[in-house]
Amino acid sequence: MPTLEKTTDEILALAAVHFKVSRAELKPEDDFYKKLGLNSLQTLDLLTRLEQHFQIELPDYELQGVSDFRTLAERIHARL
Amino acid sequence: MKNFRGTALSWQVVDGTIELLLDRTPCNEIGSATLAELEQFTAALGNLQNEAHALIVSSARSEGFCAGADLRELYRESQKLSPTARASGVRDFLERIHGVMNTLDAAPITTIAAVHGVTFGGGFELALACDLIVADKMARFCFPELRLGLIPGFGGIPRLKRDLGNAMVRDLLLTGRSINAVKAQSVGLASQVVAEGEALRVARATAAQLAKLDRHTAAAAKAFIKPIPDDELRREIDIFCDLFTRPAVEAGLRKFVDSTDALPYLP
Repeated sequence: MPTLEKTTDEILALAAVHFKVSRAELKPEDDFYKKLGLNSLQTLDLLTRLEQHFQIELPDYELQGVSDFRTLAERIHARL
Repeated sequence: MKNFRGTALSWQVVDGTIELLLDRTPCNEIGSATLAELEQFTAALGNLQNEAHALIVSSARSEGFCAGADLRELYRESQKLSPTARASGVRDFLERIHGVMNTLDAAPITTIAAVHGVTFGGGFELALACDLIVADKMARFCFPELRLGLIPGFGGIPRLKRDLGNAMVRDLLLTGRSINAVKAQSVGLASQVVAEGEALRVARATAAQLAKLDRHTAAAAKAFIKPIPDDELRREIDIFCDLFTRPAVEAGLRKFVDSTDALPYLP
């Protein structure tokens, strides 16, 4: 099983590629809605890409109240 | 009418396949304009299917296949009406959209929904009326209606029950969560999952394969395996209309219309 740090790093790398942001600009504590400029459709896009990348199901409600990459990684990590 | 281009959709016959293309900004929300053109389509379908063996329903909008009912129009128009007139108006809308869905569902040609992105609510119900769903891997399916204090009202519940096990039906309806294309295929909703941007091409390839089969036999097979209980469709309309008059629905619609939330469909 990967470490939480590795999961976080993979999320940051995926977000950087798909939302065309420099990887160096993204930090675990960043608010991903603000940092990536996500609207509702882009949030669904991110959710789908995360599910595909980690081969998990992440129900939308798991994202409620989550805005930083680190907590997002914890939610994903709990399903690996 | 062999070809049509309206404000919300268009259709044409290409190589023996009717291609119905939804194209209304932002994501093909089904309001009065789309409903009227869908009714035009189903009225024309009787003649169109004489020269076609298949129908493909797809979307020209990059955001997705269809985001469901036009909730902004529903809220705006319902505000102009008395509670009694609201209930009557929504029942009339539901009767009409059920007519469209039932015609598509029972069409004697094979129907394919080529979906991508947002396939929510009434959009999901439209896909469920088709015989096959070809899903782009970025498609997401969801019934968010409970957030508004409602249930799906375009015939989606009986059709979902027809296709899925009851546990999955309950999961989708009662949590309002969305599922991706791979999950949709694993539970039996989507017949094929394809790469991004490939759903329409694969739907066309599938339609070309259908052309090799005897259409009378295909129609007989479809009529045999795709019945849907009329009483459940009627019951769905009644329950929707009963729920629609509750104050919670008006509040839910207002909250949705005003929302700037990144996940506005979630309860």
